[in-house]
Amino acid sequence: MYPEYMKPSLDKVAQSRNKRFELAKSGKPVFPPMSAEEREEVLLKFHPDYKPESRRKIRIGPNKGESITTEVADILESHSRISPDIFDLSVPDYETDVLIIGGGGAGTAAAIIAMQQGAKSIISTKLRLGDANSMMSQGGMQAAVTPQDPPTRHYLDAMGGGHFDNKPELVRALTEDGPDVVRWLEELGVVWDKNEDGTMQVLHGGGTSRKRMHSCRDYTGAIILRTLMDEVRNHPEKITILEFMPVVELIMDNKGQCAGGVLYNLETEEYFTIKAKATIIATGGYGRLHIRAFDTTNHYGATGDGLVIAYRAGAKLLYMDSVQYHPTGAVFPEQIAGFLITEKIRGAGGQPLNKFGELFVFPREPRDVESSAFIRECIERKNGIETPSHRVGVWLDSPLIEMLQGEGYINKQFPAMHRQFIRYGIDITEEPMLVYPSLHYQNGGIEINEKCETNIPGLYVAGEASGGVHGRNRLMGNSVLDYNVFGRRAGLKAAQYVKSVKLGNLSLKHISEYEQDLKKARIRTDRIAPVLLPSYTPEDVRKRQLTAHYEGTLR
Amino acid sequence: MATETAIKKEFIQRFKPKVKAKAKKEAAKKDFVTVFIMGKAHKVPADATIMGAIEYAGYLIKRGAGCREGFCGACATVYRLPGDYKIYTGLACTTLVEEGMWLSQLPAIPGQKALYDLDKLEPNVATIQKLYPEIFRCVACNTCTKACPQDLEVMDYIQAAKRGDIEKVMDLSFDCICCGMCAIRCPAEIVQYNVGLLARRLYGKYLSKKSPELRKRLKEIKSHQFDNEYKELMTMKKDKLKKKYYERDLES
Repeated sequence: MYPEYMKPSLDKVAQSRNKRFELAKSGKPVFPPMSAEEREEVLLKFHPDYKPESRRKIRIGPNKGESITTEVADILESHSRISPDIFDLSVPDYETDVLIIGGGGAGTAAAIIAMQQGAKSIISTKLRLGDANSMMSQGGMQAAVTPQDPPTRHYLDAMGGGHFDNKPELVRALTEDGPDVVRWLEELGVVWDKNEDGTMQVLHGGGTSRKRMHSCRDYTGAIILRTLMDEVRNHPEKITILEFMPVVELIMDNKGQCAGGVLYNLETEEYFTIKAKATIIATGGYGRLHIRAFDTTNHYGATGDGLVIAYRAGAKLLYMDSVQYHPTGAVFPEQIAGFLITEKIRGAGGQPLNKFGELFVFPREPRDVESSAFIRECIERKNGIETPSHRVGVWLDSPLIEMLQGEGYINKQFPAMHRQFIRYGIDITEEPMLVYPSLHYQNGGIEINEKCETNIPGLYVAGEASGGVHGRNRLMGNSVLDYNVFGRRAGLKAAQYVKSVKLGNLSLKHISEYEQDLKKARIRTDRIAPVLLPSYTPEDVRKRQLTAHYEGTLR
Repeated sequence: MATETAIKKEFIQRFKPKVKAKAKKEAAKKDFVTVFIMGKAHKVPADATIMGAIEYAGYLIKRGAGCREGFCGACATVYRLPGDYKIYTGLACTTLVEEGMWLSQLPAIPGQKALYDLDKLEPNVATIQKLYPEIFRCVACNTCTKACPQDLEVMDYIQAAKRGDIEKVMDLSFDCICCGMCAIRCPAEIVQYNVGLLARRLYGKYLSKKSPELRKRLKEIKSHQFDNEYKELMTMKKDKLKKKYYERDLES
């Protein structure tokens, strides 16, 4: 239930609805989309990335001297969890063809394809298999399948959304593989939303010029990932799953090839070694670092672990200065602050409104532009709505969707969103939601080519952990596609690579060398990474935890 | 979440000094309730979720937290309330605490999954019967439905599975988050969520109507129809590409 003082503003939203409905029905843009100059201006002035304190120079490693996101620089300039000398690498605890680090969308897709190529794999995952942002994607997956939408149009949309910084060969892979991913997933048993005649139901997303958003109600990620997980679990003879066993360092060999990793059992606190002919990092993003103190839409384990272990081993990062804030994170009620409100809401006709019930931005600008416009409306123009806990947000008018698409549409297409709010007495078929940008996605990551190769032989990266696909801003629906396209490619390439590679002697020398670099750069820190888990322990409790050193995270 | 906000104090100090002063005033008049986490009493904010309360009390959750938004099913929790004989089920991330609540998280749910090659299955009742014969032990007690934190009609989809109505199982189980509450409460020892998952996969692969447009597009890509256009776009100067982007038409 919304507090009484919000009623006048809610009334204004209801009053303007009929007029907005007529405009939306006319087929014309409900608000003029921004020009290139307007986009640039709102980004420079209001996007959190462009605040001076948001970035700093990293002092060591392959990207030394580059300005990157402050919180990422912090975890990269940190100590290892292990002392490399303790490990006897001549007798590894596990041996496999492909080590897959991360049990989300990219990891499971890679494991399935690697298995079909005859390679054995181990999936190491910090939490359970499937505890990943992939599980939480709601709105959909882009893929160009309609006659009016060639994959090259998808390419153009993605490049423009990413401010033309995307690596062209990666965007081609993304968009050209798209339709086949739709087929592949359906053959694995994904239940896509369809029209009566069997054609795919497609909607718009932010920054799309054609309707190409494929969905499974608003449980798109859950349906896809559970299908992939089920397939992985059907093949225990080929795929070993190690849960609550994150990789905390990579292992190299004396030829500079990646040769496996060091595992940490989160529960028994034991360490193990894995020797692998190829390694795929599929660890996802970093929302739980709470960059710029933002709330996040991300799952519990999204702490950027893959970046840290790859960087220490010498992998190059790309666009690590760019963070995605999803325009529509919930701000009310307090219990769900930061939670994702799917962009599909705007794809289906939902509109962002200020406290006067007025549109102030085209509802489907690319995410960074849309988010910046929300921040401008709240901070500069002071047209936001304040919550009882002093957050501020704008309305996201969902009842309009029922008018545009027909009664019952929300219950059918947005069961998760409806559930999320009805628990707190807000019926989104009748009342709008209150939203503000929430930390959502790691735009950059470990640099890859279209084969998912990095600058380290034997090390592949797929999904959110990688950088280059989305330039400096990802469009909605391109991450679900990303983890499928590049998860499959990584699985294939790694499986081919293991047939010929010869590993030398295993080594953790790079850990000691990185430690030396820290010292040489005079970096003094008690920070230890990978972070593994965020801590939400209150400060007064932490003060009493006298003997806790670090366990999953720093205390 | 309230507790997450509270502990991000250091950030708030840095970025939102005004908000902090206000929040402090309000914290003073904040209401608290007593909950029993695995039997131990803790005072926690009255508006906290169960997950927020557990963390507020000082626990670092390893098993029992995942997406934290109600999609992954990692945080299945059972609880009782004072003066009430009933056993309640809920997700720790989306259920609010209540005064006197006695709660315990379930770190993992034992549930068997049949192994199968989807390519060799037929979408019918015989398949379900072979892989999950225990569903025929269902006594229609409806406990699974009552235990579902998603309010799904679990018993109805198990009944539909017994009839081989795969479409119905798919539809009714679509929003399942595999938290396992149904399975842990079922007197017939059925693992309902795995039956739903099998039925959805059978439906998606065999029973959903196929898209002719998709088939056509795949052919076009296979015959390299877009190669030239890709080449042109990939080598285009940024200015030209930018112009092309901003001039593109929008599908209404």
